[in-house]
Amino acid sequence: MKRRSFPGGTHPPQHKSATADTPSEICPLPPELVIPLAQHVGAPAVACVNAGQRVGRGQVVGKPNGFVSVPVHASTSGLVVAVEPRPHPCGAELPAVVLQPDGDDVWAEEYLTQSFHVLTTETMLERIREAGVVGMGGAAFPTHVKLDPPHGKTIDTAIVNAVECEPWLTADRRVLLEQRDKVLTGLEVLQKISGARQMWIGLEDNQTDVAALLAPHCKQRGVGIAVMPAKYPQGAERQLIYAITGRRVPTRGLPMDVGVLVQNIGTVAALTDAVTRARPLIERMVTISGPNVVRPRNLRVRIGTPIAHLLKHCGLREEAAKVLLGGPMMGTAQHTLAVPVLRGTSGVLAFRRQDITAPAGGSCLRCGRCVAACPMHLLPTFIADYARRDALDLAERFAARNCIECGSCSFVCPAGIPLVQSIRYAKGAILARRRST
Amino acid sequence: MLAAVISLGSLGCFAAILLAMAARRFAVKVDPRQAALLDVLAGANCGACGYPGCSAYARALVAGTARPDLCRPGGPETLARIATILDMEVATGEPQIAVVRCRGNRRQSRAKYDYQGLEDCRAAQKLAFGPKTCPGGCLGLGSCVQHCPFGALNINEQGLAEVDRDRCTGCGLCVSVCPRQVLALAPARSHIHVQCNSPDAGRKVKNYCHVGCIGCRLCMKTAPECFVMEGFLAKVNYGHEKPTAMADAMERCPHHCIQDLAEPRETATHSPSAEERTS
Repeated sequence: MKRRSFPGGTHPPQHKSATADTPSEICPLPPELVIPLAQHVGAPAVACVNAGQRVGRGQVVGKPNGFVSVPVHASTSGLVVAVEPRPHPCGAELPAVVLQPDGDDVWAEEYLTQSFHVLTTETMLERIREAGVVGMGGAAFPTHVKLDPPHGKTIDTAIVNAVECEPWLTADRRVLLEQRDKVLTGLEVLQKISGARQMWIGLEDNQTDVAALLAPHCKQRGVGIAVMPAKYPQGAERQLIYAITGRRVPTRGLPMDVGVLVQNIGTVAALTDAVTRARPLIERMVTISGPNVVRPRNLRVRIGTPIAHLLKHCGLREEAAKVLLGGPMMGTAQHTLAVPVLRGTSGVLAFRRQDITAPAGGSCLRCGRCVAACPMHLLPTFIADYARRDALDLAERFAARNCIECGSCSFVCPAGIPLVQSIRYAKGAILARRRST
Repeated sequence: MLAAVISLGSLGCFAAILLAMAARRFAVKVDPRQAALLDVLAGANCGACGYPGCSAYARALVAGTARPDLCRPGGPETLARIATILDMEVATGEPQIAVVRCRGNRRQSRAKYDYQGLEDCRAAQKLAFGPKTCPGGCLGLGSCVQHCPFGALNINEQGLAEVDRDRCTGCGLCVSVCPRQVLALAPARSHIHVQCNSPDAGRKVKNYCHVGCIGCRLCMKTAPECFVMEGFLAKVNYGHEKPTAMADAMERCPHHCIQDLAEPRETATHSPSAEERTS
């Protein structure tokens, strides 16, 4: 076991005990599923069903549109009520297939069980794509693209990201504990496809019990377990790669440039279903937690379940003042509970009015805490200041585009300056300016 | 003493001659018209012409690479003067003014969420497409105010941008800054405008705003040719205005989106009070 980390970062209160040791439950089917066609990075899928059509569980309802795109499937059997714009976690209304479950939950077709050993890499990649597997840590990047690096790039190290550095979230932990066999098969699939000689599972030191449980199985398969100090953002790709391998991903590069592939633990489990059983990704582990939730726990949720249904199932103490999709550091606040769980949704957190502290909104004290916390070695306060003054050239010279938007700077700022928001604005403006010239 | 005066004096004379010669020899020839142009330009360095400042624009004018009608704040007078200096004939452009195309203040228009963060509309627009349910409504965080070089904009107490018609020069900077295109340029002599920017259909607009254009086309029927429809949004057909017919349309607009901005504003909310309803 190794104990390494990365420079910078911060220590937000973890709040993991609320759900860490509660076994997950199957979330009952909601009266209506909203399955957005844009659930992944890349081109949105194109709907291939019409209102009034009956679909089976796992049936394709949206076809991929291009290489960096994946199909979208019906999460249960039922009736397609509409294909229309519906609230999407991004804040807009985007096209979605609205499905009324019939309660039978029958698969559209019989699925096979097959050992992956007999399959070629191409077949496996094809199955992964058809199953709609995307990065389940939050970014939702199509996995088949990540597993198929362009010519000239070789992967020698594969890292499975089970760090889960966001406070409150325990979905990855529950996946490791409850779906261990799937994860272990997924590791072998990952190794076979990527050809990596070294495999690592990355964990934080608040998960030593999981590490101990996994150790014998991993040793047998030659997979290393890296236990790192609990620090945010340990689960960020670049920080994780640095902590485990000591390699630095170039600023405009990708992990494959240093021969590394990082996959979220949930994705690895989904690989098993996709490859050995050709079953699509229609369900995922979601942490329902937060001070406003009566029975916080992890739920196995069908993709497309509105978050109102999840919160009703777990109970709210009072009307939620703020609901986040994802963790409190990088998650997005939602303005309506009609938004559905997507393939990349790791948690739903509900807060009460008293849990929300308004930012102080003061001026910079020049204390430098943001500089110390920034895991990318940036000067957040400078970039934010340039962003406010529209000095985009200066912001660019101070490497605003390297920001990974982890939110550490905003979290530690004693003056409550919306640093990461300002930097994000600068990034967008710099890119927009580039496109226009 | 004498020696010192003579030696320093002659040194001074020598240096003076040298400087005079250098000034002749290395003089940079500046077109006198450039200085004259710089005098007539507005001098705000607003950049609305597309050049980094007034002097850069003057240089471009002399070089003949720029159009003479780009100085927005200077308006037609400046254009006329530029034309005399450059000895060219130009048609005088119509002076323009910025118009805020939104009346949906905090009470009239529904908020999508409580916004806490950077006081900048463009940054707020990036969070779930802005804190207002209406996709075209004024966010009122004042990006336009910050960028107006003439102090012609302010955010009123209702949270909406307001244009000071006397100060606005029609430079159009606010139009390019506003992330939702709430601000638009219109001929300065027109004072009746459609103050709405929502692209949505009437049924949707009614859900989130009491003063949004619902696309009922009543204004078009009342004053044909004065208004045009762009999707579900009515717009004034500038240049084809008929004051009496438009005043009529203004009266009949069910959501009071058509406003005469030269008149003192009626208070934005018009909900009948209890007495009015009972009587």
